[in-house]
Amino acid sequence: MSSEIDEYNGGSVLAMLGKNCVAIASDKRFGMKLMTLGTEFPKIFQATDKIYIAMAGLATDIQTLSELIRYKINMYKLREEREIEPTTLAYMVASTLYERRFSPYYVSPLIAGLDKNNKPYICNMDLIGCVTTTNDFVVGGAADDCLLGTCEALYEPDLEPEDLFETISQSLISAVDRNAASGWGAVVHVLTPERVITRTLKTRQD
Amino acid sequence: MECLFGLVGKDFAITVSDATSIQSIVVMKHTEDKSRNLNKHIIMLYAGEPGDTVNFAEYIQRNVRFYEIKNGIELSPQAAAKFTRRQVAESLRSRQPYSVNLLIAGYDVKTEASQLYWIDYLGSLIEIPFAAHGYGAYYVTSVLDRYYYPQISLDEAKVLIKKCIDELKTRFFINLSNFKIKVSNKDGIQEIVL
Repeated sequence: MSSEIDEYNGGSVLAMLGKNCVAIASDKRFGMKLMTLGTEFPKIFQATDKIYIAMAGLATDIQTLSELIRYKINMYKLREEREIEPTTLAYMVASTLYERRFSPYYVSPLIAGLDKNNKPYICNMDLIGCVTTTNDFVVGGAADDCLLGTCEALYEPDLEPEDLFETISQSLISAVDRNAASGWGAVVHVLTPERVITRTLKTRQD
Repeated sequence: MECLFGLVGKDFAITVSDATSIQSIVVMKHTEDKSRNLNKHIIMLYAGEPGDTVNFAEYIQRNVRFYEIKNGIELSPQAAAKFTRRQVAESLRSRQPYSVNLLIAGYDVKTEASQLYWIDYLGSLIEIPFAAHGYGAYYVTSVLDRYYYPQISLDEAKVLIKKCIDELKTRFFINLSNFKIKVSNKDGIQEIVL
């Protein structure tokens, strides 16, 4: 197991693009290296009705950063009198991370959402806020290499919400079951213009 | 080498801290209380760098008290835990961070439920039914995984705590002879002996 600080607490996150929908998912483990302490650790945070942020990495930084981002989103809403757009939020998070360029938050954030025209958007960024926007899937966390493999094998473009749910769930389960630092159940959100479908998954309990 | 643990039962939270004070290879004391009461219902256990621990614990204790005097309301265990987490997390990236691991347990008067929060020196916070800090965690969590169940009664929790302490006494290579046990429920905090 890696001795890197960004894998100290474990955990993995994943987001996928579908046809007029996006899905975002994470595992639920909280550990200290090889020891599992908690199995109900949320790594996905709701930004607006149509945008979710997932963060994997060092737990303290996930908590600190999620609180900071929530504050900034609320301030944006008050100042602008409208909801923030996914791209705007992505660069807001990115600049927040880059402010800490020389003592960074050890997190890999993913953003998934629908914009004002309900166009789906996903992106990920590194710990200092370098944004990568893709048109298929983005991964992060301790099992990111496993996730890249499972997504590459299972993903296909233009999936309907229910099919996207199945694809993201199977990709996440297969990857985290092979990773000691991730797992212990998972949460999946599928965002559609009409509603958000939230489901919890059972995975291996070891 | 210190050991803190606790669990949440039906309508109470119970915490245990070893009472051994060690400096280098010398045991200085067998009656050290590694806890502070934040208010009538919240217990905070601490372990870590000597000096940092008591200083930080009393800083939290007094700030929680100050908040309560200022606003005239009792802080819930969740609020106290989240405030404490933030103080640890902010200290982590300062010039001289506090090296303190904490457990916060208490009875929430409003929701009439008990909670236990685990906070490490990095400022990670989790709410769990049972938790432990230190090397003792390797022994205690195994015992609790086997015997703990939600809605456990106080009498059964005391038996379970006894099991954990016995395990530490037989398998842990440091002789932790004495433990302080506290219970928080709707009537407040009491120290108990098994």
